[in-house]
Amino acid sequence: MGSQHLDFTANVTEALADRQLRANFKSALTGLMKKRVAVLPDAAERERMRDDAEAAKRKALAKLPELLERLERKCTENGIIVHWAETTAEANEIILGIMRSHDATKLVKGKSMVSEEMHLNHFLETHGIEALETDLGEFIIQLNHEPPSHIIVPAVHKNRQQVGRIFADNLQGIPYTDVVEELNAIARKTLREKFRTGHVGLSGVNFAVAETGTLVLVENEGNGRMCTTVPPVHVAVMGLEKVVESLSDLPPLLRLLTASATGQLVTTYVNCITSPRKDGERDGPKEIHLVILDNGRSKMLADAQLRRTLQCIRCGTCLNHCPVYIRIGGHAYGSVYPGPIGKILTPQIDGLADKGVLATASSLCNACEEVCPVRIPIPGIIRRMRTEAYDEKGDGVVKGHGAKKNLLETLVWKGWELTYRIPALNRFVVSMLGRFGDKLPNVGPLKAWTSVRTAPRFAPKSLHQLAKEEGIRHE
Amino acid sequence: MAHTFTYPRDVKTVYYFGTCLVDMSFPQAGMAGIHLLRRAGVEVVFPQEQSCCGQPAYNSGFLEEAKAVARAQIKAFSRADWPIVVPSGSCAGMMRHHYPEMFANDPEYFDVRKFSERVFELGDFLHNALHVRYEDKGKPVKVTWHSSCHAMREMGATAAAKALIGQLSNVELVEIEREYECCGFGGTFSIKQPEISAAMVADKIEDIRATGASAILSGDCGCLMNIGGAMEHKGVPVAPRHLAEFIWERING
Ligand code: SF4
Repeated sequence: MGSQHLDFTANVTEALADRQLRANFKSALTGLMKKRVAVLPDAAERERMRDDAEAAKRKALAKLPELLERLERKCTENGIIVHWAETTAEANEIILGIMRSHDATKLVKGKSMVSEEMHLNHFLETHGIEALETDLGEFIIQLNHEPPSHIIVPAVHKNRQQVGRIFADNLQGIPYTDVVEELNAIARKTLREKFRTGHVGLSGVNFAVAETGTLVLVENEGNGRMCTTVPPVHVAVMGLEKVVESLSDLPPLLRLLTASATGQLVTTYVNCITSPRKDGERDGPKEIHLVILDNGRSKMLADAQLRRTLQCIRCGTCLNHCPVYIRIGGHAYGSVYPGPIGKILTPQIDGLADKGVLATASSLCNACEEVCPVRIPIPGIIRRMRTEAYDEKGDGVVKGHGAKKNLLETLVWKGWELTYRIPALNRFVVSMLGRFGDKLPNVGPLKAWTSVRTAPRFAPKSLHQLAKEEGIRHE
Repeated sequence: MAHTFTYPRDVKTVYYFGTCLVDMSFPQAGMAGIHLLRRAGVEVVFPQEQSCCGQPAYNSGFLEEAKAVARAQIKAFSRADWPIVVPSGSCAGMMRHHYPEMFANDPEYFDVRKFSERVFELGDFLHNALHVRYEDKGKPVKVTWHSSCHAMREMGATAAAKALIGQLSNVELVEIEREYECCGFGGTFSIKQPEISAAMVADKIEDIRATGASAILSGDCGCLMNIGGAMEHKGVPVAPRHLAEFIWERING
């Protein structure tokens, strides 16, 4: 994980060979796609909402430094302690410091993709701290020692029989069952005990409102609320792009987040956290920390096109609609953020040398852009990643630009350019293909193509020739 | 992305951009498009200096090469400001939407945009600009339809294609499951990620087979080459046909 080298091809081969995995993904994601359509039936209304949601995020990004300062001021006024972390290592140290200052050894966690980005659990473990996932999906895969395979539905790749097995194998005294209600009851009982005994609770942040210093957290299970209210200390972590200007920016964002993520009209819990427990209040943590992480984000912000990556509200619907993700699942990407958003975010965070290959895993079908609630031009940014991967000189801004440059591809594309730029050469090449195209050696790209398809055929007479022979005016 | 274009009226002459793939491998489909346009009463001009829209390089990360080839096309179609009709949703999408993107920071941007606004997908143009009417002379047949992602999402050309097929009285159109899903071609994607592409086209073929249709129609030869090649490899007896070629045959009996 992290920025280790990624053997994407091997991952893909393995994922595609796993029939159970493919079936699980197809059925779960087709379900989510249908639910999204059902809950957003009026196309015109949906498009208006997307306009508003996109506008709110773009406005926030346009004045991000100012909004972050306001957020810090407001939070501090409200009694929330704000920390800044430029790197994930810094963010981890901050959280470790908070745990240590309370002699805490047990962290109960709500769902947070940023904490995955930080590899927080692993880091804390090496310092003798237990980090316990309490989101049902995260809980399941933590028991099974796996990373999440989807940003919203971390255990989407498991069916209930597999979950039953994981519980029976990893929880003491629990017999196998695949009855959903029983599985829920087991999880609930185990998790309650964790909330009761946790020293510090951790959560992510869906939106941080600069105007009021409010941390908004959206969830369905109630475990997030437990993490942020039961333990005496609450730590919230967020990427710096999560800030929005005012409460009035939230309605379209919340509607679309919920509808796009799980196909729900409203979510079960919307937690708005403004301060620690006040005098006379009976519950809530005594101390709240907010950790704001950069990890390359301010670099994206500085580039007008790449900045749009930061509009993402992590709804996961681009994953659900991606024909590539549906087939290979999240783990194949070997990265915290899989699917279309991962293809543009991961190379920007981890660099093109290690993760640039992810940008090749797209047919640029545009399905992701079509559904993204905040209209991130994902295919355009995928192309940008591809271009930067070859562009050695240029104004590449992503780490490792030019990393994939190689003589063979450079020559191939130069040859391609000449063939299609110079008409006489084009006529020559096309007529040669028409004559000898079926005798091409079955190597390289042709071999890849013909592993499941018959070889392309070349016509004896090109359209250029036929048109001329038929007397079509050619200027 | 639903796109509404402003269609020219009283069209007398159009340019035809054949695409590199049609030129090399599907010239009959290209000729059928020309025939359909002429039958609708417009003169067709086919500049011989044309070649490829540049999409392969553009999508592969070779922007300068793509721009050089794009410039050559813009030049080839610059003698008059006639509409440019393209028998491929994907290439039309490239020329209509991505040319202006590629040249956004160049001095020729406004000229490029003017060029782009003249680009139309063939089926869309026949239906929405020329309002063609067809009489079917063929035997009863069941077909299904595949849109390229760009014909559907960039050019909004799917409805027009289905309307044209709908005019053919002996043709039954059965819609395919997951019609919105990519067939796995994606140009160089099928070569850079052959396994994923193979899984996608295999599923597409299952969905096609389930319709019971004897032909799969499309307005894009890239998809047809991918789906058709994979069906032939597997021995699936469904014929891949370009929409223009199919219509031309039906109306000529
Ligand atoms: S890129 Fe768009 S669709 Fe994908 S997770 Fe982010 S907001 Fe959702």
